[in-house]
Amino acid sequence: MKTQEAVAKIVSLLKGDEVIISANGFISRELHDTGDNERNFYMIGSMGMGASIGAGIALNSQKKVVVLDGDGNVLMNLGALATIGNKKPENFLHIVIDNGVYESTGSQKTVSATIELENVAKSAGYTTCVKVSNLEELESAIVSEYTGSVFIRVIVEAGKREVGRVQAIPEEIANRLRTYLP
Amino acid sequence: MVNTSEFLAKLSELGYNFYAGVPCSIFKTLISQLESGDNYTPVTREDEGLGLCTGAQLAGKKPVMVMQNSGLGNSINVLSSLLLLYKIPTLMLISWRGETKEDAPEHWVMGESMTKLLDSIGVPYFIFETLEDMEKANAKLTETNQPVAVIFKKGSLE
Repeated sequence: MKTQEAVAKIVSLLKGDEVIISANGFISRELHDTGDNERNFYMIGSMGMGASIGAGIALNSQKKVVVLDGDGNVLMNLGALATIGNKKPENFLHIVIDNGVYESTGSQKTVSATIELENVAKSAGYTTCVKVSNLEELESAIVSEYTGSVFIRVIVEAGKREVGRVQAIPEEIANRLRTYLP
Repeated sequence: MVNTSEFLAKLSELGYNFYAGVPCSIFKTLISQLESGDNYTPVTREDEGLGLCTGAQLAGKKPVMVMQNSGLGNSINVLSSLLLLYKIPTLMLISWRGETKEDAPEHWVMGESMTKLLDSIGVPYFIFETLEDMEKANAKLTETNQPVAVIFKKGSLE
């Protein structure tokens, strides 16, 4: 499974009213490529903060929140897992696209191969935590586990494709999401 | 010296309704009162708290981040590439450790640099003396639609 396939599959499985926070780098680019809309919040900097932004929304909104995170991102802000596990928002789906590398900076390795991130999330207090390695497992994980504070680690192949940068203006990304959220 | 309950009542009156924080001895009573309410989230680091405040603000809350000035160091990237970039108005309550060299040495450099750092990245700040300063900070936050800091010296809240 490639990042592109995983992101497209996830988006296709959602109902279409969720807020989606995407990690900086290729994950935001791939989300943008599936179709831009006001529910997508592309985090272009602040590496590691996707889960925190998503939790801040989930704790204060009835909407479902999906965080499309990366292994490099989640490793940069592991403390967020502790905070989220402590608060346990009911509407929080945290998906980590794990390709084992920092793709945007030249595919240097992360340490994700030697840490079971789903076990860290479980220990931190997330309600459900799974690791999936193919599209079928991904589909059944999202369909069956779509309430509570859910953590899904999606193992994908490293390797990027040509996909355009997110061109939206940050202030407008924030404004349109504010308008969408009641 | 301002009473902490009156301080929190003032923030509530100004509409602030979501708090995240990392403790500081200067905010001992403040954090203790926040912990007994239901709109406080303890976080592990200051930048993480600012990320959480960003989400809360997008969802319609008026967020407050409580932190020691040592944590301003942890926060610079998230301020510059998230809150200042996307324009996320957030009230930052920052304690001033190391205001003088009488404080512990680990606070000297940040105590000396804090206001310069805030100036450098473009976060307006007020030094807290009375509740009127919170009104001024709130007016600045509303006017600029950006994060604003209020700095608390030792003993400014009781």
